[in-house]
Amino acid sequence: MSGGQGAGALAAAVGVADRTDRTAAPAPLGDRGRPRRRSPGRWRLGDAVVPVFAALAFLYLLVPIAYTVAFSFNDAGRTNLVWRGFTLENWANPCGAPAVCEAFVNSLQVGAIATVASTVLGTLVALALVRYRFRGRTLANLLIFLPMSTPEVVLGAALLAQFLSLRINPGFGTVVVSHIMFCISFVVVTVKARVASLDPRLEEAAADLYASSWQAFWRVTFPLLVPGILAAALLAFSLSFDDFIITNFNSGSFTTFPKFVYVSATRGIPAQANVIGSAMFGLALALVVAVQVVSAARRRRRT
Amino acid sequence: MAGPDARSGADLVLDRVTKEFAGVPAVDDLSLTVPAGSFFALLGPSGCGKTTTLRMVAGLERPSDGRILIGGDDVTHTRAHQRPVNTVFQSYALFPHLTVLENVAFGLRRRREPDPLGRARQALELVELPHLAERRPNQLSGGQQQRVALARAVVNNPAVLLLDEPLGALDLKLRRQMQVELKRIQTEVGLTFVHVTHDQEEAMTMADTVAVMNAGRIEQLGSPAELYEMPRTAFVANFLGQSNLLRGTVVENGGALVGVDVGGARVRVPAERAVRTSGDVLVGVRPEKLHLLRDGEAVPDDCNVVGPGRVTDVSFTGVSTQYQVEVPALGTLGVFVQNLLGGAAVGLGEQVRLACAVRHTFALDGDDDVASGVVALDESA
Amino acid sequence: MSIVSALGHGQGGGGTSPAVAAPRRRARGGAYLLLAPGIAYLGLFFVIPVVALLVTSLYVPVPGGEVGQFAPAFEWRNYTAALATYWPQLVRSFAYAFVATVAALAIGYPMAYVIAVRARGRPFLQGLLLVLVIAPFFTSFILRTIAWKQILADESFVVSAIRAVGLLPPDGRLTATGFAVVAGLTYNFLPFMTLPIYANLERLDPRMLEAGADLYADGPTTFRRVTLPLSLPGVVSGTLLTFIPASGDFVNSVLLGNTSTTMIGQVVDSRFFKVSDYPTAAALSVVLMVAILVLVIAYVRRAGTEELL
Repeated sequence: MSGGQGAGALAAAVGVADRTDRTAAPAPLGDRGRPRRRSPGRWRLGDAVVPVFAALAFLYLLVPIAYTVAFSFNDAGRTNLVWRGFTLENWANPCGAPAVCEAFVNSLQVGAIATVASTVLGTLVALALVRYRFRGRTLANLLIFLPMSTPEVVLGAALLAQFLSLRINPGFGTVVVSHIMFCISFVVVTVKARVASLDPRLEEAAADLYASSWQAFWRVTFPLLVPGILAAALLAFSLSFDDFIITNFNSGSFTTFPKFVYVSATRGIPAQANVIGSAMFGLALALVVAVQVVSAARRRRRT
Repeated sequence: MAGPDARSGADLVLDRVTKEFAGVPAVDDLSLTVPAGSFFALLGPSGCGKTTTLRMVAGLERPSDGRILIGGDDVTHTRAHQRPVNTVFQSYALFPHLTVLENVAFGLRRRREPDPLGRARQALELVELPHLAERRPNQLSGGQQQRVALARAVVNNPAVLLLDEPLGALDLKLRRQMQVELKRIQTEVGLTFVHVTHDQEEAMTMADTVAVMNAGRIEQLGSPAELYEMPRTAFVANFLGQSNLLRGTVVENGGALVGVDVGGARVRVPAERAVRTSGDVLVGVRPEKLHLLRDGEAVPDDCNVVGPGRVTDVSFTGVSTQYQVEVPALGTLGVFVQNLLGGAAVGLGEQVRLACAVRHTFALDGDDDVASGVVALDESA
Repeated sequence: MSIVSALGHGQGGGGTSPAVAAPRRRARGGAYLLLAPGIAYLGLFFVIPVVALLVTSLYVPVPGGEVGQFAPAFEWRNYTAALATYWPQLVRSFAYAFVATVAALAIGYPMAYVIAVRARGRPFLQGLLLVLVIAPFFTSFILRTIAWKQILADESFVVSAIRAVGLLPPDGRLTATGFAVVAGLTYNFLPFMTLPIYANLERLDPRMLEAGADLYADGPTTFRRVTLPLSLPGVVSGTLLTFIPASGDFVNSVLLGNTSTTMIGQVVDSRFFKVSDYPTAAALSVVLMVAILVLVIAYVRRAGTEELL
């Protein structure tokens, strides 16, 4: 995704999956799950306008994805611009085009390191921000907020200005360093929401049941934070994996997958790039669907 | 560490405990002794400091001043997890990621006691939920969660078991059931229970001893019957049930009875039922202790009589009929009449006199606020 | 509402949820211990770089030096010069970002509404629609933008179809136009608009809508007086999440636009890499950052204090 900024929204989406097991509050007496009852009466045009409009919007969202997937099966040759016929060749040999797989592996490596580092750092910050009152809390919040409200070009240019003034050659290291930086804020925001939704009585109950604060954290707080931390990690990875603008500033000759695609856009993108893009799409989709199915099943078991 | 072996509970002593939040006292110089094995209730309106007191006993708050002793040991400076105390939280605070059984076994595991699961199962049997051991808390109803919270606390055999409004989230019928249940369990395990509630009926039903708290202090402490029959402050008189409180001045004292002038009428109060025997007093009578006397009806022996007054309201409640009687110079008095004969005996607008046995009359300090402890409409829970 | 909570809002639904008042512990050093690594990292790789950017923006070329050689100085005229030359791109960036944000709101709100309100009580449909909104996250954004480039290309059947219907003159084109750039921006940031609004509407108590109807409000009035004001926090975070990245983006204008649709991000990029004019690039970055901060603060203040409508 492009805007590192927007990614926080993804957390909301991931959070959707675990919205049902947030706390152990008594089951709501309300009837939120009940299908909306339509008031009897005449059918109104207004009722259909919004869904139809939304359907068109969904179409708009999905067309380029369908296009990308379709063209991964194109018997493209050198430039994957026009449809030349169906083939499985690209899928059978995804590393067939030069440098595609190398860029892909680079992205995975950067993403893995950036995810682990930013998740650890961000989770610690989130815990501190929610659980403690201390001097400088506002300042810390501001420092977390600023990177999210700064456009990526500015972040990229700033980091490059620093690397240049320190005479550090851009490459793998600088890319990892900058990815960790812009991921931290999103991890903090995601985990913070989870920490804030925890009932503080749970830790008190643990203390009341003879758990030291260390045990209370690892036996009660941490297990309950895991879904939030996982969501944050997933978010960090997808941010890092898809980042182009900041990477472009700070990578020198090092190439990530988005950068590879962007650079080769002028010369023609090999169909293998579509294969990798589609495969990632399929994988992520399967993951989300699995999570949804599991949580739906859990919900059903509960009621 | 975990202190005395608590098979039969232990004494809990609060010695001049004060807790201030930002300079404002929530609990003010409170001293209290809860004997081992008793069921003790701290009763008061929200904000009276009862929950803060409970949290100090649990170790979740530190007193600003004073000492807390459990079974003779000073635990004032030990942390929550080091105290032989367990709490049933108002919101239950069950761990959502653990099964019911693991929730109950949590404390046993922390203290590395033998056979945590076996004992947890026994505790679940005590609260009659062994069949739900493998469920998660959010698959249970409110009443079931409440029982699990109780089992989770009782299983540790604490010296003192604290209950923080444990029935607050349950509906009326379930609450009645659980009151009986709690009392049964307490008798069965013989632990010292300290129960915090704002519900006077709940406190009186279950507890051996009730302490009525107001504004960080204990107003009065005693058995439920004592508190009800002989309140010592206007707050207690009004917060526990209802009272008619009439302003008066002592005009005769020295004997077993105190004579009080109430708006021109002379009433007698037993001296041992009077907080003070000179100067201004509030004469109190419970509404069900009053009789309505129609014109010409004889005054029973040893009764105080006021009136006549006019009946301004009659409401039929089934077991009784409640009257409001406006007596000139005294104000409006409430009267509950047992519905022994069926139907209302006295009609709206009738003139009646009110009689009450002298031994049921009590007298409070005249400086007390007549309305203190009256539950206002906008804060009744 | 603070700015921080405005952005934080959509995430995981923490923003306005009446989180149980946590018993805040007074810091006993623990807080600082937890904070230190993360904050130090941001200090090193966010604060210092931004300062480096500020410093760089005031540099002057080394007299007689090679291209890309600069010396420390306090040359404030870098800013006036940069603005004098590139104000059209700057204004265009904000204009495009604004239009894209409004368009994304117009498209995203109904989507969020359908998922959260109309599909309520139908978990499968709701889940499916949500996955569809998130789906774009899972394909490379560059690949999707390139897909648009090809879909909108002059020879594509989509464009032919539009021409055939008469929506576009026979020689009209969609690619390499400002329209394509704004459409691309709208497309790329649509999920960021939709998801926070969804997260907000999802928590909306349906009984409130029934109460609205009960109090004599018809459908549109209930929406305008109840639903919309209650979803305002979601709208605020959605628009911020769209506007901020859109105003700094250059991928869309490079891939879908032409030389007259250049945005400021593109200028920064090319000043840096094509001509090694670091001070100008830095000065423009600083201007962009400050301008966005000012806009965001003004917007959040306004949205936070005034009722919509």
